[in-house]
Amino acid sequence: MNAKHTIPFLERQSYRRRRLIDTIRTLPVIGAVLWGVPLLWRQSDAADVVMTSDAIIYIFSVWLLLVVGGGWLARNLKRSDAEETERER
Amino acid sequence: MGTLNILVGVCLIYVAFLFLVAFAAERAALEGKGAWLRSPIIYTLSLSIYCTAWTFYGAVGYAARSGLEYLTIYIGPSLVMIGWWWLLRKLVRIGRSQRITSIADLISSRYGKSNLLAVGVTVLAVIGTTPYIALQLQSVTVSFDVFSSAYGAELTDSAQGSNALLVAAGLALFTIIFGTRNLDVNERHHGVVMAVAVEAIVKLLALTAVGIFVVWGLAGGVGDTLARIDASEIGQWQMRGDRWGTLIFLSGAAFLCLPRMFQVMVVENEDEDHLRTASWAFPAYLMVMSLFVVPIAVVGLDLLPAGSNPDFFVLTVPLATGNDALAMLSFLGGFSSATSMVIVAALALSTMVSNHIVMPIWLSTQSGGASVSGDVRHVVLLSRRISIAAVVFLGYLYFRLSGGGTALASIGLVSFAGVAQFLPVLVGGIFWRGATRTGAFVGLSVGFVIWAYTLLLPSFGAGSLVSQTMLENGPLGLGWLRPQAFFGISGMDPLVHAIFWSILLNTMSFFIASLVGFPSPLERLQGAQFVNVFEHSSTPQSWGGSLAQTEDLMVMAQRIIGAREAQNLFEREAKRQGMSGLLPEPSPDFLQRLERELAGSVGAATAHAMIGQIVGGASVSVEDLMAVADETAQMMEYSSKLEAKSEEQARTARQLRQANEKLTLISEQKDSFLSQVSHELRTPMTSIRAFSEILRDSDRLTETEKTKYSSIIHDEALRLTRLLDDLLDLSVLESGRVNLNMQSGSLKGILDHAVASALTGAGADKMQVVRDNQQEDLMLNTDLDRLSQVFINLIGNAQKYCDSTTPKLRIDVGRANAALVVDFIDNGSGIPKTEQAVIFEKFSRTGVQKVKGAGLGLAICREIMTRLEGSVEYLPGQGGAAFRVTLPEQVAMAAQ
Repeated sequence: MNAKHTIPFLERQSYRRRRLIDTIRTLPVIGAVLWGVPLLWRQSDAADVVMTSDAIIYIFSVWLLLVVGGGWLARNLKRSDAEETERER
Repeated sequence: MGTLNILVGVCLIYVAFLFLVAFAAERAALEGKGAWLRSPIIYTLSLSIYCTAWTFYGAVGYAARSGLEYLTIYIGPSLVMIGWWWLLRKLVRIGRSQRITSIADLISSRYGKSNLLAVGVTVLAVIGTTPYIALQLQSVTVSFDVFSSAYGAELTDSAQGSNALLVAAGLALFTIIFGTRNLDVNERHHGVVMAVAVEAIVKLLALTAVGIFVVWGLAGGVGDTLARIDASEIGQWQMRGDRWGTLIFLSGAAFLCLPRMFQVMVVENEDEDHLRTASWAFPAYLMVMSLFVVPIAVVGLDLLPAGSNPDFFVLTVPLATGNDALAMLSFLGGFSSATSMVIVAALALSTMVSNHIVMPIWLSTQSGGASVSGDVRHVVLLSRRISIAAVVFLGYLYFRLSGGGTALASIGLVSFAGVAQFLPVLVGGIFWRGATRTGAFVGLSVGFVIWAYTLLLPSFGAGSLVSQTMLENGPLGLGWLRPQAFFGISGMDPLVHAIFWSILLNTMSFFIASLVGFPSPLERLQGAQFVNVFEHSSTPQSWGGSLAQTEDLMVMAQRIIGAREAQNLFEREAKRQGMSGLLPEPSPDFLQRLERELAGSVGAATAHAMIGQIVGGASVSVEDLMAVADETAQMMEYSSKLEAKSEEQARTARQLRQANEKLTLISEQKDSFLSQVSHELRTPMTSIRAFSEILRDSDRLTETEKTKYSSIIHDEALRLTRLLDDLLDLSVLESGRVNLNMQSGSLKGILDHAVASALTGAGADKMQVVRDNQQEDLMLNTDLDRLSQVFINLIGNAQKYCDSTTPKLRIDVGRANAALVVDFIDNGSGIPKTEQAVIFEKFSRTGVQKVKGAGLGLAICREIMTRLEGSVEYLPGQGGAAFRVTLPEQVAMAAQ
């Protein structure tokens, strides 16, 4: 028996599912941090001021990222739910 | 004026269409065809009542004044939705498992079903929402005004007022019709939700259409639009960091706490899984809603003369460019935003007002308490309807009194800040078991006082409700209590200041008062229920039902949930308890379920109080209290699991021991069987061998001797054959491989045949057989050959063993215990008691070995009868040997 070749048994799907839920939990934190970035921008009286168009592009990109990420995670969660019930049967 | 008439017409058609949609949805739901009503898309769209007229029109004005700050109003809810796993999931689960009807119901349920708290929350919600409703009415009338002035028809103030009244009346009517059609235990309103979803699509379409028109029609594409934005007066990022953060927090908090949001998010939720879709779809909706706001604002600032109200750019930009159809669509969008908000807010508030204020008062004025007869449903419905009308009218009144001026425009955030005061109590209640009613009460009071003092009163403008000197010097000259600079910390934005202090002090006083106080048992139970909703979803609090009168409960339940519903519920419960009739025992279990059903109609606190009036007070059992202590509960559960497991193991061990004993016994039986079989085989073999040796070895045998010896050999061989036949028969029967040859025949015929066969060859001592032909006149459907074999054996035994001088056999046929019995009774000395137990065993023979036979006959009989699903047993106390053959009833029945 070679110790290198024996992998301790872990239920792969439920492990994946738990990490998926961790990701779902983290997503709003990521969103809050990214949307907190404008707090660091220089105010209008400073020299290299952030233009509104750039701000719009940044904020809406974050939004799109969160929506797409959230949608992808939600779909995966559904699939892993289905697998879970499948295996319980 | 023509366009104005068209506008009025379109408006009326649109309203009629909404009525139709709501009506169709109600119908579909009633007929059970409403699967599509329960789709996650509808749920997501219904959440969009968050976007009111304030956001539809106001966002553009907001952007024109303060740049991108308006985005905070959408970012907060987006974060809350994306973080659904943290909070919303739990909130929705609690709402469903506890049959929560409103946010006041939730808070009161969590803190020991306290009605005081429910009343407080209701009052605060009404205070916070009324200005908001006024704002919606204003937006509808002003947008109408904008339209008409564009066509040169200035409306007078009174015309505006009557417009607002008309809109208010229409909305109240709609809400009453579709919001109080029935008293649903789940408090769901398909018609309202469907109408709201349709309106959500309309307002999204309207805003997007205006946006697309502005970007591609007026500004000349995305690149040009961005350039125009940068060139405009809001072209540079200028944001106070504290406002950005605070407003995101505020809008997120309001999203959770607004009564109307709670209504659509938790109460109207059909399926927890819908939240999963809404978690990304609703942020997407908000994103699209806010996407075109800045372009519209910038183009409006460019296009329209200076000084025009930016709040209505969505309307005025298409009008100014002569795009009437687009303006009409935009008007409908704003109209939709306003109406859907008012409808749901009125619905949510009316539920709260009627459940927590009107019903308790009405109940206490009823002299007979909750058990008097008479339908209470109409009272509930009436109070709901009046509450709806009152709430909408209050909004109208506020609109008239405030003059509909700019004071209203700022009320949106003020209102948000007001309801956000629920947040600490709400979040603390579902995550912290230590939160108590006292804490909640103190926290809410402190929060609201500070909110009113620092934000609401000053919002009416200095000098109206708060004097200028008080703003500058504080009340009674106490400088550290200045409404907009607590503790002398000036320079904070007034809104940020108010939110910061109110939420901070609210949370702190809630926390400290919770730490100091001691909760009642019911409170602790509810706390455990809410906080650990995913572990156990039942209500642990139980009623001491011994005093309860089920009939009184029935009377009360009929009045609240309707006669048929109540009777069904009671009958179901009675059946569950294993009782016949309609009235179940008032077990704690049943009372709990009843309370929850009632709570769906009148709210948890009222339902609790009503049952309390009849039952005479809740009791908290020791088990309930144990459940509160989580560790204890877990340990108990663990130990009970262990107990169950060890019991199971003991059971298995017992079974194994039994199996082992049986195996040992069978092994012994097999040994003795083998020795008996060899013995039985050996005896005839010995004589066969001996006589065949004589025949072979001696030549001087006479013919008679030869005949004698060979017939002995023949007899012995026959006996061997018979023995082997019997053994074979027995093994076939025992192994269950025997095929039964089912056929019909009369019992009489079988007995005739059996008697004849059994007595063949009997000589002078042939026994007399007594039978009753009438009894035997029966048809049987079974394996007749096998049955006849049993009879032959029994008769043969009687013939062989009966020791009477005048042997006589009586065959009795009769019925006993739904079975057919045939008794064979002879007049001999019978079988001694000690031997009765073993006669059916193999190779057992009674008495002297005067007759030949291997002793397998009765064993075979028993096996046959087992196969025929009957039995054969010894019948003691009949004067002689008696055997009873029992046949199952259907054997005789089937043939009749």
